[in-house]
Amino acid sequence: MSAAITPGGRRWRRFRRNPTAVIGLAIVLVVLFAAAFAPWISPYPSHVGAVVNFRARHQPPSLHYLFGTDNVGRDIFSRVLFGYRISLLLAGAVLGVAVPVGVALGLIAGYFGGWVETIIMRVNDISLAIPPLVMALAVTTVLTPSLLHSMLAIAALWWTWHTRLIYSITRTLRHQEFIEAAETLGASKLHILFRELLPNCASAILVKVSLDFGFVILVGAALSYLGLGVQPPTPDLGTMVAAGADFLPERWWEALLPGAAILFVALGFNLLGDGLRDLFDVESVR
Amino acid sequence: MEFVYFLIRRALWSVVVLIGLSMTIFVIARVLPGDPARMALGPRASQQQVNQLKAKMGLNLPLVEQYERFAVGAAHGDLGLSLLSQRPVNDDIAATFAATLELVLVTIVFAFAVGVPLGVLAAANKDSWIDNLVRLGTIFGAVTPSFLLALMLQVLAGYVLHALPTTGRTSPDSAAVADITGLLLVDTLMKGNFAGFVDAFKHILLPMIALSAATTGQIARITRASVIDVARQDYIEAARAFGIPSFVRVFKYTLRPAFVPPLTILGLEFASLIGNAFVVELVFSWPGMASYGVRAILQKDLNAVMGVVMISGLFFVIANFLIDVAVGFVDPRVRISGQRA
Repeated sequence: MSAAITPGGRRWRRFRRNPTAVIGLAIVLVVLFAAAFAPWISPYPSHVGAVVNFRARHQPPSLHYLFGTDNVGRDIFSRVLFGYRISLLLAGAVLGVAVPVGVALGLIAGYFGGWVETIIMRVNDISLAIPPLVMALAVTTVLTPSLLHSMLAIAALWWTWHTRLIYSITRTLRHQEFIEAAETLGASKLHILFRELLPNCASAILVKVSLDFGFVILVGAALSYLGLGVQPPTPDLGTMVAAGADFLPERWWEALLPGAAILFVALGFNLLGDGLRDLFDVESVR
Repeated sequence: MEFVYFLIRRALWSVVVLIGLSMTIFVIARVLPGDPARMALGPRASQQQVNQLKAKMGLNLPLVEQYERFAVGAAHGDLGLSLLSQRPVNDDIAATFAATLELVLVTIVFAFAVGVPLGVLAAANKDSWIDNLVRLGTIFGAVTPSFLLALMLQVLAGYVLHALPTTGRTSPDSAAVADITGLLLVDTLMKGNFAGFVDAFKHILLPMIALSAATTGQIARITRASVIDVARQDYIEAARAFGIPSFVRVFKYTLRPAFVPPLTILGLEFASLIGNAFVVELVFSWPGMASYGVRAILQKDLNAVMGVVMISGLFFVIANFLIDVAVGFVDPRVRISGQRA
């Protein structure tokens, strides 16, 4: 770090003093690295596909196969690395849709009030009544089970949390002086929404997105565990746990190590979000 | 009186939510591409068979009329026929719902019984190793996939320690039936069947722990924050200055108001609780609505799936209404002002 004390530098120093946040960031970076370079760092890149190697099936963890092999002899470690790509893709796509929509609706409902607020927040209440996992189950029944359809179903409900969060922040800001000043100066509605209100929500959004990355990955894993998400032979962590569960408890590695991999990534994002929450002092974000 | 108006308002609003929910489900089932009759009969059925089933299900009618049929039926408690078993979906759900209800209720009781004391303990020892341990526990509770926890409990308690049964609701030789309330734990006690109660309790223990991890953590976290917040208030300081005994101060003036946020959180937790029940029930072969729903989904039984989603939503709405009532009892501000704090 440079000698000059900038606000960013001070933040970074506070962040570093928070052990959970640093561990969280480290885990997230490891997972991002593993996913990005999976084809180059995995020992058996060909095992992502429908490869069969019966002579090496059900091998326990060893130096050759760090996480052991599955029931057709594929290296589980390699498949976990590729599985992270799917998990991150799912969470990224869901939040890429849900966060902008949710934030925009929250800003609009909080700032304009009146019937706009009523409609947005009532639709929000209705959406909250449907468990995301159950919604995804229903959607994948009608459409076919696939990664894309899981994403659609989860995103269709996930915006509600962001709308609620931004709505509650915006409502407390709506009558503050800087907003009234901007209105008096004749600033456009768009300017007020996105240049005055949105920056004040930025840290809350950042914390929420970090926490949500873990939660969306968990919902996606539960879906594919039930056989309704990503379809084989694409390596997906939830699917791998389900396949390995048939061989418990003797061949524990086949279910528990991919399961631990899910826990690992969810833990990373959660710790990071937790640390960011302390850093930005936004206790209300869950 | 204001509280009664508050409850009436909440009740009316619950009805609006249910109507919105029924519309959402209808859109998923009928408007999204896909032919329910074809799905039920499979690809090898002739077009004539498909057309017959379509006519029987009313799929040829205009969408508005179809929705009307669905909504009026649902309001009368009629969710249609299962496409596969040809039995009313109501009967199937009624047969399985009590098991899910029992699991969720026991989970909530457990989550409060463990989560609240842990939260209070963490708040009382803020920033100590106890606080950090509780915090770590809540984080792990939140991020452990429920199916992984369920599998691990099954292996550990069932196969390694041989301590607890790992599947089902009762032992094969147990004659206990839940024919009074549908809740096995309650019914066995009412009939004085103590052995049946112990058996049912042993069976519910592992699914309950697997399902409660995330909720217990959430409740502990919220309790901790809210106890710390209340204890900082001026009136607590004033109570101390007036020499009010410490147990009155702690239990009546600190813990009681601090109990409201975890109660409110429970309402929101309900959705994820029902969602996770789907996974946990499957791992433990728990004969509940979720197992039924997953089976229906795999067999593309659309009416059954719609029924399960509708009942899940109804469950959520009723639970949240009851929580509103409970909050009113704990928090006089809600009772008097008729508004949620």
